[in-house]
Amino acid sequence: MSSDLLQPGFADPVVGAQSCFRALLDAMARPGQVRAAGSDLAPPAPLAPATAAVLLTLLDYDTTVWLDPVAMAARDWIGFHCGAPIVPAIGACSYAVALTLPDLSTLPAGSHEAPERAATLILQVHGFDRGRSYRLTGPGLRAPSLLSVDGLPAGFGSAWQQNHALFPRGVDIVLCAGTSLAALPRSVALQEI
Amino acid sequence: MQAAASEHQNPIRRQWMAVLARASAEDMAALLDRHVAVPAYTRLRGPEAGLVMVRGRTGGGGAPFNLGEMTVTRCTIRTASGQVGHAYVAGRDARQAELAAVVDAMLQDPSQAPALQANVIAPLAEAQQLRRTTIASKAAATKVQFFAMRNMRA
Repeated sequence: MSSDLLQPGFADPVVGAQSCFRALLDAMARPGQVRAAGSDLAPPAPLAPATAAVLLTLLDYDTTVWLDPVAMAARDWIGFHCGAPIVPAIGACSYAVALTLPDLSTLPAGSHEAPERAATLILQVHGFDRGRSYRLTGPGLRAPSLLSVDGLPAGFGSAWQQNHALFPRGVDIVLCAGTSLAALPRSVALQEI
Repeated sequence: MQAAASEHQNPIRRQWMAVLARASAEDMAALLDRHVAVPAYTRLRGPEAGLVMVRGRTGGGGAPFNLGEMTVTRCTIRTASGQVGHAYVAGRDARQAELAAVVDAMLQDPSQAPALQANVIAPLAEAQQLRRTTIASKAAATKVQFFAMRNMRA
């Protein structure tokens, strides 16, 4: 464990995790809305504050996590603060942390008996104010909402369509950039514009 | 990762952490005030209290069983010079856990370790040893010898 990597987590773990959980809840309930999270965190590279806040909020010793090769640089920090077991196989994780979009079909999608067993992908992107725009429709949205994401690849629309078609199975995505986050629950339909 | 492996193999660290875990906050603070300057440090985690399941062994086979939960307070700090100190202490004394973590970090700094060992760890260990022998001798005075049973078994 190299000590220069070890940075503090939430200054107040209870309040920090609660406010981030509320942001996640709102983001999941209103897909496309961008919420603030992790503004008081200084996590190690390559994690953004919002990504770190989501990890501190959702992960514990009961949740397995898969890290993509870039996110592996922060494994000591994640291991120390979250205590989550890091698994080498993406198909065995309950949370996946990635900086580039992995193949969604490789993540556990749950079963019809237990759709809650599906994995949640925490995907760090560059920003929400530029890049490709998507029109979102589905539960929680009276009118279609628009979300711009800088950092999603060109084929994301069709990959998401395959994932959405599995409903009630399927993967949920939390998008994190800087100190903001947005969510794409599996129930939402997405169209690139 | 290599550093972590060597930390596990450090028996001296194990010994000082055991002494610190049993030392009260007042004793540690008094010794630190008198002998060494405490460096600036950042709290990485805690101090926070939680429950730890204490497991024992039972029966002829030594199968594990849950004895009960105990309250443990833990703290991790990093000094300005980069040493990371950990402490796990029984009970709910946050100040004790924090001070123990600070001393653990300072003891990993080779320039400070000898003075700390002599001025802080040694007196604490001595006092703890004295307390143990006092309790043991008081208990020994009340020991009852069951001669009858001993004779039967012999």
